[in-house]
Amino acid sequence: MKRFTGFVIKEFFHIFRDYRTLLILFGMPAVQLLLFGYVITNEIKDARIAIYDASKDEVTRKISEKILSSGYFILEKNLKNYSEIGPTFREGKTKLVIVFGSNFAERLQREGKAELQILGDASDPNTANILVNYASGIINNYLLSINTEKVPMRIIPEVRMQYNPGLKGVFMFVPGIMAMLLMLISALMTSLSITREKELGTMELLLVSPLRPIQIIIGKVIPYVVLAFIDACIILGMGKFVFGVPIQGNIVLLLAESLLYITMALSLGILISSITNSQQIAMTVSLVALMLPTILLSGFIFPVENMPIILQVLCHLMPPKYFITIIKDIMLKGNGFIYVWKETLILALFAVAFIMMSIKKFKIRLA
Amino acid sequence: MTNNENIITVKDLVKKFGHFVANDHLNFEVRKGEIFGFLGANGAGKTTAIRILCGLSYPTSGEVKVGGFDIYTQRNQIKRNIGYMSQKFSLYDDLTVYENIRFYAGIYGLGRKEITIKAAMLMKRLDLESAKDKLIRDIPQGWKQKLAFSVAIIHDPKIVFLDEPTGGVDPIIRRQFWNLIYEAARDGITVFVTTHYMDEAEYCDRVTIMVDGKIAALDTPSALKKTYSATNMNEVFLKLARATMVA
Repeated sequence: MKRFTGFVIKEFFHIFRDYRTLLILFGMPAVQLLLFGYVITNEIKDARIAIYDASKDEVTRKISEKILSSGYFILEKNLKNYSEIGPTFREGKTKLVIVFGSNFAERLQREGKAELQILGDASDPNTANILVNYASGIINNYLLSINTEKVPMRIIPEVRMQYNPGLKGVFMFVPGIMAMLLMLISALMTSLSITREKELGTMELLLVSPLRPIQIIIGKVIPYVVLAFIDACIILGMGKFVFGVPIQGNIVLLLAESLLYITMALSLGILISSITNSQQIAMTVSLVALMLPTILLSGFIFPVENMPIILQVLCHLMPPKYFITIIKDIMLKGNGFIYVWKETLILALFAVAFIMMSIKKFKIRLA
Repeated sequence: MTNNENIITVKDLVKKFGHFVANDHLNFEVRKGEIFGFLGANGAGKTTAIRILCGLSYPTSGEVKVGGFDIYTQRNQIKRNIGYMSQKFSLYDDLTVYENIRFYAGIYGLGRKEITIKAAMLMKRLDLESAKDKLIRDIPQGWKQKLAFSVAIIHDPKIVFLDEPTGGVDPIIRRQFWNLIYEAARDGITVFVTTHYMDEAEYCDRVTIMVDGKIAALDTPSALKKTYSATNMNEVFLKLARATMVA
């Protein structure tokens, strides 16, 4: 045990003497969160719109007013006829055009329906989609408010975004960044620190010493468990206090799941370092094989459900996907363990599989 | 200090990597307290053999005992009784002289008091007291080499294995390094050393010359020179190598 403690202390010395890495370790979560939180945002404010009102009656004026006072839209210009729509979009400033048909109020009153068109500039499809939804939401609300018994009953869907009513981007990015950074720190850093010893030749010395191989591996891993765990707390803390992302569920469960995920990523790091002897390769494998799939295939940015089947299958082989599901469930929905036990089990299985594979590799190397 | 008690016995040691035979039926004994040289060109199988003796890899077949312990079943006992230094430089660059000593002494299970005493003695002997808190990367190569050796024997092992300890080091430092080896041998530590510098063979009590995975000769340097009517070990080696090439 004394031997082992000495070994762990040595590992901490390595880490604390390397200021640059240390800065990256603790600076990265903050920087990434701020970047994702403020720069890449899905919310749209003050989008410029144009209105072509062929009717100019009481109802169309009311609807226009509602739309413009919502905070999402600013009136760029009023169009005088329908043919102006094309050139307006082409100018590029206007993102949305709303067209009221003629005799709008009258037809609404008499026939119970009137013509209204919402045109979006879909050269940026995401933005267009969001704006169209905002606008139709506002219009529906208005119709609902004037809907009296005179008009035959109509079903008007009311959309409410559960768990993230403001559709805030950070709600999505906090779990994503957790998954990404913990993976990076745990897998990359451990695989680097083990291959460094191999490159230096000190690994052989350690293996010749009375330290058991398992003690060497665990000793290497412990400091990174601690660091990754601190990072997890930084991300959760910043998410809560800077961006107001709530933690609805049990925080102990959340931290325990994080620890499981860290363990899984660490075993992956050990596996990588048991395959290669060079820091260069370990780094490349960690970055290319771990980072890109974590970002692209975990459902962090792009929804898994919309991918081709082959990619969907690949997605299910990505441990971060399960972790993101778990944190979202616990943080945003406040779900307990019974809702996430499947994902937890899968993560645990990944960890066990990686450890078994490393042990097997290790034995082959010894033989 | 040399006596006839064997501390390492190797019988019919074979190590294959696929179809390549790195060690082809090696048979030898190392006596307690001697400096045993293991010579050969690069790729002759020296490192493979030393790695097996240290427990870094398993033989394909054969019987090997180190310090009276079996390498298949008593690895842990062996590990406690041996020291090892490889051709690669093996101290931590980003730790200080003292931290390196303390770390290696620690993993061999030395107590805190013992470590303090041993470290002080070691640094005094190597004239390193002024460099105690310097990082390894900031001290000269010669010192590093000597420190690495002293650290490898800090736990007073029965045997120390040195795998090309003087590779890529200038002649003066090599000479100083051999003085340290003699000192260790005088203290009763058996030294098993591989090298491809033939002049270093003269410093050994007995020498094994390996050619293509086989032991081509094993005797004292003077006896070998007599047998092959050579003036130095380099000639002995060249004659042996040529003989196997013709055959």
